[in-house]
Amino acid sequence: MRSTLGRIGLCALLGAMVAICLFVTASPAFAQGGEPQYFAIRGAKVVPVSGPAMEDATVVVARGVILAVGKDAAIPADAWVIEGKGLTIYPGLVDALTDVGLVTAAPAPSSENAAAAGPARRAEEAARGPEDRPNSTPWRSAAEEVSLADKRIETWRSAGFTTVVSSPKTGFFPGQAAVLDLNGERSGDLVVKALVAIPVSTKPGSSFGRGFPDSLMGVIAYEHQVFLDTDWLTKAEAAYEKNPKGTARPRYDRASAALAEVLEDHATVLISANSALEMRRALELAARWKVNAAIYGGQAGYEMADELAAKKIPVLVNLKWPEAEKDADPDQMPTLRTLRLRDRAPSTPARFAKAGVKFAFYSGDSVNPKDLLKAVKKSIDAGLAPDTALRALTLSPAELYGVSDRLGSIEKGKIANLVVTDGDLFNEKTKIKYVFVDGRRYEIREPEKPKDPPKGDITGKWKLSYTTPEGAEESTADLTMASDGTISGTLSSKRGNATILSGYLTGDHFTFVININIGQNFADVTFSGTYDGIALKGNISVEGYSIDFIGTKPGAASSLAQVADLAQGDAR
Amino acid sequence: MNCLRFAVLTAFTLSVASHATLATPPDASPVIVIQNATILTVTKGTIERGSILIKDGKISEVGPSVKAPKDAMVIDAEGKFVTPGIIDCHSHIAIDGSVNEGSISVSSIANTAEVLNSDDVDIYRDLAGGVTTANILHGSANSIGGQTVVIKLRWGQPASKLPFEGALPGIKFALGENPKRSNFSIPGQPKRYPATRMGVEETIRGAFTEARDYKNSWDAYNKKIAGGDKSALPPRRDLRLDPLVEVLEGKRYVHSHCYREDEILMLLRVAKEFGFKVRTFQHVLEGYKVADELATAGVGASTFSDWWAYKVEAYDAIPYNAALMTKRGVVVSINSDDAEEATHLNQEAAKSMKFGGLTHDQALKLVTINPAMQLGIDKRVGSIEVGKDADLVIYDHDPLSAYAVVQKTFVDGHVLFDRDKDIAGRAALEKEKNDLIAKEKAAAKKSEEKKGEQSKKPEEKKPEEKPKPPSSDQAAPSANGGAQ
Repeated sequence: MRSTLGRIGLCALLGAMVAICLFVTASPAFAQGGEPQYFAIRGAKVVPVSGPAMEDATVVVARGVILAVGKDAAIPADAWVIEGKGLTIYPGLVDALTDVGLVTAAPAPSSENAAAAGPARRAEEAARGPEDRPNSTPWRSAAEEVSLADKRIETWRSAGFTTVVSSPKTGFFPGQAAVLDLNGERSGDLVVKALVAIPVSTKPGSSFGRGFPDSLMGVIAYEHQVFLDTDWLTKAEAAYEKNPKGTARPRYDRASAALAEVLEDHATVLISANSALEMRRALELAARWKVNAAIYGGQAGYEMADELAAKKIPVLVNLKWPEAEKDADPDQMPTLRTLRLRDRAPSTPARFAKAGVKFAFYSGDSVNPKDLLKAVKKSIDAGLAPDTALRALTLSPAELYGVSDRLGSIEKGKIANLVVTDGDLFNEKTKIKYVFVDGRRYEIREPEKPKDPPKGDITGKWKLSYTTPEGAEESTADLTMASDGTISGTLSSKRGNATILSGYLTGDHFTFVININIGQNFADVTFSGTYDGIALKGNISVEGYSIDFIGTKPGAASSLAQVADLAQGDAR
Repeated sequence: MNCLRFAVLTAFTLSVASHATLATPPDASPVIVIQNATILTVTKGTIERGSILIKDGKISEVGPSVKAPKDAMVIDAEGKFVTPGIIDCHSHIAIDGSVNEGSISVSSIANTAEVLNSDDVDIYRDLAGGVTTANILHGSANSIGGQTVVIKLRWGQPASKLPFEGALPGIKFALGENPKRSNFSIPGQPKRYPATRMGVEETIRGAFTEARDYKNSWDAYNKKIAGGDKSALPPRRDLRLDPLVEVLEGKRYVHSHCYREDEILMLLRVAKEFGFKVRTFQHVLEGYKVADELATAGVGASTFSDWWAYKVEAYDAIPYNAALMTKRGVVVSINSDDAEEATHLNQEAAKSMKFGGLTHDQALKLVTINPAMQLGIDKRVGSIEVGKDADLVIYDHDPLSAYAVVQKTFVDGHVLFDRDKDIAGRAALEKEKNDLIAKEKAAAKKSEEKKGEQSKKPEEKKPEEKPKPPSSDQAAPSANGGAQ
């Protein structure tokens, strides 16, 4: 009957529409194309850190949170299952102090900012005393400045780091550190906790000739004064509000106001200290300022582990182990003290573990996060237990910053931050397969492999010459080529040093990529061209802009003319 | 004579037990007897052949003969001379970072005591020169410079253990060319007031006027609190003015760098006006011109032996300065202002015998009891007397002889420098250094090989990284026998 058919048809149509709607709502738009909200990794080795490792176990994730962990974890019917045989799941790694996520320099002071920051002054006027609050921006907040434009977010994530504790870097009071998860669609999504710590640096920097302070003792005295002023201003302002009559009004000080807020929130004060001398001084500073403190640096900790344990001060250990400079003059003997530090620094974490010092790892000045696990491996070789090493990359930093209730280990209810590898995390040959941040899956792809075998060997120190809009420039590229043509190495220029992220020589065509700060932000810079056995010729491409360059080996040939001569076989 | 000395030296070396000079000395010093030496006590005459008993870091007995307790370490100093440890009244060693907070004219907020560097090898080198106590001063870039501290050269101890317990803290002033910078400028730094001597005076007056006012506001507050007013708000603590108030209250010594007689007299006037005393004038190369004024004011003078004409204001310097001032009744010391100069202050003191005719004993005082008095620590150090600290030096010749070489230096009864041990220990340190360098090279080579494992031309890498064999480097700062 028509009406029945119509009803059936209508029902079918409605049903189909509902089904479509359900399908649509069940898979909201994901950048990686249709990611499920529920997934499970089944039958893998799971290393929770908060408990013993489990073989043949399952981790179930739902809506960014760990739903279940264990051998018998139930997998929801509509979960997307990844077979975990041969895989190991670790908690996402935490970089305990960095500035990943922050790309811009200090925001240029607008007229309002300048007024609020203190007595109005031109940028060139040097600080005349502590009242001018030189090089201090404790109001800067990583949580406010975080930006997805920072390419390092992807670099760090691909190396297994799901979480970073980022802070602005410059000055005596650079700003406020936030815990960031390296995942999000809008910059604000990254913030796990907006204010956890403030770093305090005592390095005078190259401020000689630019005003107070220009000595270490000046910096320390300045910082004492700031803490005193912060305490006094809080009281003075309260007293003035209560009864302003007859008292000179207290001067507003942006730095003290920011510092007071930070201290009220019991944020950890991170004091920079690397040598034993600096660490002992840091302990005295922490006691004098009466703050919850932690030390960052800590590489000479092997000398004084017991003292640190007794004072219960946690230490963030800088993973950029001290080593000989690559271009060091071979005739210049380093001091015995320097040699000892270089030799023993990697043994510091093991000494800390033994003495009971709470510690975590951070990247320091490392440019390439892949070096971080290698650096941790060095400390394992020097006596640190692998379990403790892993903890220092996961649960320990989470505890230090007060977020261990939500991340740092694979436990039911915690944020689904996971690193999935095909082997032991600290084994050089292990590859990271997936990284989950807030339950969002990232597949880690292998870098491109060169197609044809390389023609010749591009290994060596190259002088690259090119002309930018700013004028003629030169950089040095220190390249090493493996037999399959993969290029690795470093590049140094007036903009700093950078590690080559990927590169290869295939046939006579080469390409390699670095990521550096080119003014306002970090960007990939790609060098590509041809290698004829003697010189490099090609172009540098950055953000759509391209310039030509020539690469020569200094010493072998100082000009292309000579290169041409040599190629023609003219012996001199 | 030489054979005898050599034999004694050998016996000496053998008889000295392996005392731990390399590790951090334990707090309890061993019991030591130094015997058969010529003891120059400085204040109680010379004992031609005598002994000293050291116990608990103090001089327990001094005399022609001393009964050595059973388990005492015995040092036979036959033919040797023992003096009190030298006190350097003007030193910039052991400071971490810049010696000057030179950015502003009044940098009293800075304090050398907060940046002591216990790792500075100059501490060890000065011990090797017989120095046991040093007045660690801020530089002379400012009319009013940073706060200062007296330390003992306790090599091997952490920075917190260096300050001389009970010694009053100090502050450095500077007058003349250095703070006014007439003869040089710091690149990048705007010209800083003051630029004249009258400006230097006004800077000091201005700072003390502020300090006086600051002190009054604190006195008023304290009075309120004492009177029971609990709600009174204290004044803002100003770390720059606190030390100046301490100067006004006589709790902090003023050590003022100066050269010319006019500025010396200027500071005496300013001090009198504000009601404080200058403790010492440093360098004070024209001090001989105003010796009577210095003696009347009771200010100490700490000067160079014979430096002159390196600046216009040093043109009238004469090597008779120390002797002339001494003869007019000023307490004079001779200082180094330099880590290297500090390794031979005994010989600098000796120069005043030639220039000015000071006696042997007067000359020795210039680097022992006199600086001790200037720094207010003469109850503890500066001479060899029972009850004083066992800060001693053993020389192989009379300390005022050009041939004198320090054999051992004691601080608080610990041997912190031992010449024979230092020399004997150098080979081991050199070996450790070379082993570590070789280890680093091997590791670097291994990682290079790993990186370019299958690289076609491994030989190409070698020329880049092949080092020249390390030459024996006397100049290199390696031979620190006390290195931890």
